[in-house]
Amino acid sequence: MYPENFRYTKEHEWVLVEAGIGTIGITDHAQQELGDIVYVDLPKVGAAVDQGKSLGSVESVKAVSDVYSPVSGEVIEVNHALSEAPEKLNQDPHGDAWLVKVRLTAPGEISNLLSAAEYQSYIGAEK
Amino acid sequence: MLEACGVASAEELFSHLPDEVRLKRPLDLPAGISEYEIVQYFRDCGAASAAGYTGFLGAGVYAHYRPVLVDTVVSRGEYLTSYTPYQAEISQGTLTTIFEFQSMICQLTGMDVANASMYDGSTAVPEAAMMAARATGRGGVLVARSVHPEYREVLATYARYQGMPLAEFGYHPETGALDLEDLERQINDLTAAVIIQSPNFFGVVDQVRAAAEIAHRRGALLIVVFTEAVSLGILEPSAAADIVAGELQSFAISPSYGGPFAGIIATREKFIRQMPGRLVGETKDSRGNRAFCLTLSTREQHIRREKATSNICTNQALIALMATVFMTVYGKQGLRELAEQNLAKAHYLAGKLPLRFSGPFFNEFVARVEDPDGLNKALLKKKIIGGLPLGRFYPELKDAMLLCATEMAPRKEMDVLAEVFSSAGVPSRLVFS
Repeated sequence: MYPENFRYTKEHEWVLVEAGIGTIGITDHAQQELGDIVYVDLPKVGAAVDQGKSLGSVESVKAVSDVYSPVSGEVIEVNHALSEAPEKLNQDPHGDAWLVKVRLTAPGEISNLLSAAEYQSYIGAEK
Repeated sequence: MLEACGVASAEELFSHLPDEVRLKRPLDLPAGISEYEIVQYFRDCGAASAAGYTGFLGAGVYAHYRPVLVDTVVSRGEYLTSYTPYQAEISQGTLTTIFEFQSMICQLTGMDVANASMYDGSTAVPEAAMMAARATGRGGVLVARSVHPEYREVLATYARYQGMPLAEFGYHPETGALDLEDLERQINDLTAAVIIQSPNFFGVVDQVRAAAEIAHRRGALLIVVFTEAVSLGILEPSAAADIVAGELQSFAISPSYGGPFAGIIATREKFIRQMPGRLVGETKDSRGNRAFCLTLSTREQHIRREKATSNICTNQALIALMATVFMTVYGKQGLRELAEQNLAKAHYLAGKLPLRFSGPFFNEFVARVEDPDGLNKALLKKKIIGGLPLGRFYPELKDAMLLCATEMAPRKEMDVLAEVFSSAGVPSRLVFS
């Protein structure tokens, strides 16, 4: 369920780091808890994001939730497909429905994040 | 009462006051009179000072006829509550009228979505500017000097505390329409919004499309403001606008010394999440019946305070209902006929006066006059309330007066006004610079 090569936050975001670029999304657990997602508010390319700070928000029929960035860096790409089809976040949260890509400014921060196994036991505990 | 206070007399009650500040004689007031006499007294005063006047003042507040049905409907207890009930289970009546209101505003403005109303036109303008800033990710605002001067003051107050750089661009000295070259000069890549008014403060129907073209070329949004809602009955909707912000006082809301009024914000669907204020949407109830409820409330401060689009968390429901009843009473054809009457009256009057600007106008226009205040005094003697001397807001227009003729302007008084004008004389200096 939760890819081994991702790192996770306790706020239910994931990041996949490849060659200094982090791809960020929300977890399958997050989308399940939120329910039908109707709107995604994302930063603009060029924006600076900080680990643990809000980078945007996801709105479902139940609530609006902030998305906290798992890493610090500069936004280099935004998944515009989500503004047309936010429901993709319910369908493929770990794949097609990534939110943003950032160029990491503090790669060492990754060590603050959870592994797949740690995240799974965390959400197990949360439930 | 004295006994309850524990004193024996009024004298004792005030005994702690120093002797030199105490009044030694009875108050110099007439003896009490009955309620009936008071009502009669004020009727007499009104008849002596306020009745029988015809007004030609516009400038943001207009003298239009108020159909009697308006007060009949808004006085109903179901609507006349101290607070607007939004709870869908108990408020389908109120929510339905708000939905009707939004739908009619969309039809009049040519926009996709309108909110449940704003406090008034002046506050709708900065709300629209902040909305444009959110939508564009920029902060700068360029406002035309031909937007209502008091709206610009309200905008400046908001801009100061929102940290939005605000600049003004001019009007064409001959036509009274926008100075598009000045707009071109001042707009830049930090401009979030260009704000214009049409018909503008001088009454001139302005160049909305040309302004939109310039704004859009630089990635800014165009906000079109209106103060005279009746003009929407005849003018092409500002389809080129991104946001329309305006005042509905003309729709059966009495002048009441300046308020309360009701404002509107309408926009394109793609900006809906940046919109301030309440929004009522159509839905289905648990039995599948058509029903109404507040929607997209996550924009609002009672849901997410720090991320709310605005601190407005309400609407002008009762006042907006007056406008809703007005629009319903007149209908599409009626509003058009009303607008045509306004157009005809104003153009009849303008035909008799020396005009300051050459641009096309609806029911307001600027006339040249040497001494506007002196002219107004002369008109008052004939029971006519004249126009607005523009020098108060535009130092370069000291010899000009803004006049308005609505469907309420009788031909006889228009003729009298024109006579007083011609005896006052036209300013000798050249006005078309």
